[in-house]
Amino acid sequence: MNAPAFNRREFTAGLGALVVAFSLDPKVAHGQEPSRLPGSLQNNRRLDGWIRINADGTATIFTGKVELGQGILTSLAQIAAEELDLPLTRLKMISGDTGQTPDEGQTAGSQSVENSGTALRMAGAEVRAILVDLAAKRLGVGADQLTVADGVIAAPDGRKVGYGELVAGLDLNREASAKASPKPPARHKIVGKSVPRLDIPAKVTGGVACVQDLRLPGMLHGRVVRPPRYGSKLDSVDEAAAKAIPGVVAVVRDGSFLGVIAEREEQAIKARDALRKNAKWTLGPELPDPARIFEVIKSLPSKDATIGVKQGAVPADAKTFEAVYTKPYMSHGSIGPSCSVAEFKDGTLTVWTHSQGVFPLRAELVKALKLPATAVRCVHTEGSGCYGHNGADDVALDAALLARAVPGRPVRLQWMRDDEFGWEPYGPAMVMRAKAALGGDGKIADWEYEVWSNTHSTRPQSTNGSNVLAAWYLAEPQKMGPPTSPPQPAGGGDRNAIPLYEFPSQRVVHHFVQDMPIRVSALRTLGAYANVFALESFMDELAAAAGADPIAFRLAHLKDERARAVIEAVAKKAQWKPGEKGDGKHGRGIGFAKYKNLACYVAVVVEVEVDRATGTVRVPRSWAAVDSGLIINPDGLTSQMEGGIIQSVSWTLKEEVHFDKNGILTRDWATYPILTMPEAPKVEIELINRPNERPLGSGEGSQGTAVAAVVNAFANATGKRIRDLPLHPTRVKAVLG
Amino acid sequence: MAINLKVNGVSRSVPAEPDTPLLYALRNDLELNGAKFGCGLAQCGACTVLIDGKAVRSCVTPISAVGGSEIITIEGLGSVDKPHALQQAFIEEQAAQCGYCINGMIMAAKELLDRNPHPSEGDVRAALAGNLCRCGTHNRIIRAVLRAAQINAKANGRT
Repeated sequence: MNAPAFNRREFTAGLGALVVAFSLDPKVAHGQEPSRLPGSLQNNRRLDGWIRINADGTATIFTGKVELGQGILTSLAQIAAEELDLPLTRLKMISGDTGQTPDEGQTAGSQSVENSGTALRMAGAEVRAILVDLAAKRLGVGADQLTVADGVIAAPDGRKVGYGELVAGLDLNREASAKASPKPPARHKIVGKSVPRLDIPAKVTGGVACVQDLRLPGMLHGRVVRPPRYGSKLDSVDEAAAKAIPGVVAVVRDGSFLGVIAEREEQAIKARDALRKNAKWTLGPELPDPARIFEVIKSLPSKDATIGVKQGAVPADAKTFEAVYTKPYMSHGSIGPSCSVAEFKDGTLTVWTHSQGVFPLRAELVKALKLPATAVRCVHTEGSGCYGHNGADDVALDAALLARAVPGRPVRLQWMRDDEFGWEPYGPAMVMRAKAALGGDGKIADWEYEVWSNTHSTRPQSTNGSNVLAAWYLAEPQKMGPPTSPPQPAGGGDRNAIPLYEFPSQRVVHHFVQDMPIRVSALRTLGAYANVFALESFMDELAAAAGADPIAFRLAHLKDERARAVIEAVAKKAQWKPGEKGDGKHGRGIGFAKYKNLACYVAVVVEVEVDRATGTVRVPRSWAAVDSGLIINPDGLTSQMEGGIIQSVSWTLKEEVHFDKNGILTRDWATYPILTMPEAPKVEIELINRPNERPLGSGEGSQGTAVAAVVNAFANATGKRIRDLPLHPTRVKAVLG
Repeated sequence: MAINLKVNGVSRSVPAEPDTPLLYALRNDLELNGAKFGCGLAQCGACTVLIDGKAVRSCVTPISAVGGSEIITIEGLGSVDKPHALQQAFIEEQAAQCGYCINGMIMAAKELLDRNPHPSEGDVRAALAGNLCRCGTHNRIIRAVLRAAQINAKANGRT
C-alpha cells in the first residue's frame, strides 16, 4: 500500500491546465434539454471528468466528494475498480479540487455513495464497455466474445490487449450515456468486501495525513485574533508589542479582522497573545440568557411549515398525552482545530483546505476577496474529522486574508483551541413538542408534533450573502443572507420529524426560527438527532401508557418490512425480553429510525448503568442492526455505525455548549468534556446486506437512534424520564429526587 | 538560539527559543508529522511523544526542558514498510477514522506495553483515558492495543 504523497509538485500540478469540461453547459452544447443522468453524472456529464485511463494501464478517478475520515475514498475506489475490472492498486483517486474534479457540492448528508458512487458506477461501466469495443476492433473479434480481468481484455484465442495499449484510440471527452449496465451484485469481486482503508497506513506512521501537515517551501505561520464576542468592532490595536516579537512578518488588519504572520509558529502564537492584550473592542450585542434559551428560541420569528399531514377520525375514548423535549447547542468538537494553507502568487490564490465543499468555498472566497473565480483554486486536503460544518471554511478565508499580505509566500494558519470552540457554528438548540391520542385498542390514533429550530446549514452558499466568518468583520463588511433550510423529504430542522410509523391521523409542524442569537450550522444528522430523540422517547412513553413492550409497540405501528427487519434483528442480537424491566440502576432501551426517511434503516439497543448517588449515567454496551441496501465495504459500514453510536452517547450524556450574556464560555476540553476511553460503550453491529437494493447513505445513520436508546434505557432503569439533554449528573440527580 | 534535541536516536539542532513547545520543534523544524496540535493545553493527548520512556504532552513541554532526554515520536517506532507491532495492529484492526488522535493513542499505548506487556482491556482503557477520540473509534483502538500485545508476545516467544 502506498501512502499518498503530498509534495510541492503534486500540489501545484495542473494549475495551468484547469479542466474545462465542467464549465460547458450541456444545454448550450446540445441546444436542447439534456437527458436525466443518474447520481452526480446529472450535473457533471462528461466521462473524462470522472475517469481517465493512462498509458501505463492505470486509471485516475476524479470525485468531488472528499475524505473526512469516513473512508469514502476507499469505498468510491472500490466501486470504480469493480466496474472497470481493475485492481485497486492501479487506481489513483483525486478528490475535491476546483481545478480538477467534478463539482459535487458538499460532502455531507450521507450522500457520497448514492451520488458520487452512482456516477462512478455508471461511468465505470461505460468506460469499460468503450474499452471492450476498442479491443474488439483491434482484435477483430465480437465484443461479446471478449473477457476482461485486471485491465486486460482477452479474445477466445488467447490474444490479449491491456487498457493502456488502447489509450491512443480512446476518447472519453464525451457525454455519459448511462446506457452501459453495471455489474450485477452476484459478479462483484471488490464491492462488498472489507477492503482496508487506503489512508490508514500513513495515519499510523506519521506520514503526511492532513492539511495540518503541509509544509511548503518558504511557508509562514499565521494566527488570528477574534473579538470577545459576536458582532464586536475593533476600535484600535497597538501593534507595537506584537511587531517587537522576533520573527513577526506582518500584522494584518482589515476592519475588525485581525491577524498576524510570523516565520515560526510559536512566534505567531506569541504575537497573537500580544495583539489580543492590546486590542480595544466595542462589544457586539449581548447573548441570550442561557437559562431562558428555549423560551427565546420559541419566541423568535419563525417560518412555519406543516408537513406530513394525515387526516383520520380520532376515537372518542382516546386518551391524550403530551411531552416537551429539548436539545442544547452542541459543538463539532474536532480534535484538531481547523487549518488551511493559502498562497497568493502571480495574481492567483491557492487554498489547501479540509472544507467539505471546495466549490462552494471557492465561491465564498471569490466574494469576500473580490477576485475572479478563475483566480482561486481550492484543493481538498484531509483534516481532523469535522462531523459537519466546523471552522474549516472560515479558517480558509482567514488564511487567504493573511496570505494576501505576503504574496509569493504560503501561509499556514491553524486555529487555536479557543478559536475553534468559541467561533465555529454549533449544532442548533431545539425544542420538540409531541402530543398523541392513544386509542382503547392500545394503538396511537392521532399524532401531533412540532419542532422549533434555527437553520441547520449556514454553509458556504447556503444563503445569497456571505457565509464565511471573516467576511462579516471586514472594513467593508459583507452580510449573510436570509437563512435557508433543506426541503422535505430530507429536511433540516425537520429532518426525521415525520414518523415512519403508520398513524391514522397526524400533523407535523416545522417552526423554522430565523434569528440566530448563537452561530449555528450543520452538525452530523442536522435535526435528525433531536427529532428521533423526541419521537422515539415519546413512542416509549406511549408504549408504557399502553402497557406494551416498546419493541412490540413499535412493530404494531410499522408496516415497512425493512424497518421491521432491523428492529427484529437488534432485538434478537441483544436477546431482548418482551416487557423487560430495569432494577433501578440498570436498564435497556431501544431506538429506531430510517435516517432522513430516505437512507439507511438503523435500530439500536443500549444498556445503561445509573449511579444514583453521583447522578452519573454510563452506557457499557450497545447493539445495533443496520440495513444500508447493497453494502460496498462491510467493515467501513461497521466502523461508521460504531463511531456514530459512540459519538451519540457522548452528545447525549455530556455535551452542551456553555455561554452567558457576555459570550461563549466553552473554550476548551475542560469546559466541553466528551466521552473518554473508559466510558466508551462496547458495540455489536449486525449488517443486513441487500445486494439487489441500491446502496443507502450511512455515515449519519446511528446517532438519532442511539440517543433514543439511551434515554429510553434510562427510563427503563429508573422509572423516570429525562426530556432535556444532556443527561449530566445534576439533571439526573434532580430527576431521581 | 539553538538547542540540541535527541529525537528517534538522532541528535538534531533546533533554531528556536528555549520556551518553544517541543511540538512545534518536532513538526516544523524536524518535519515529523506524527504528533499533532489538538489543544495546546495538555487536555487531549494528540501531541503525545515519549520522553525517556514516559508519555508526555509535547504541546506544553518547552524544548529547554528536554535537551538531555531521549525523545521518541511515532516515526521512531516504525514505518509503512516496517511497522511497529502497534502500527501493524492499528492497520489490521482498521483503528482510525480521521486519525488525528491516533498518534497520541499509539504513543500512550507504547508506554503502557513497555511497562505492562500483557494488559487487560481495563488496563488499556485506563492508560488511554487522557487521550480524546471524536470519531468513535474507541473499541477498535482498544482492540488494536490488545492485538499489539499479542504480536509482541508471539515475537518474544520465537526469539
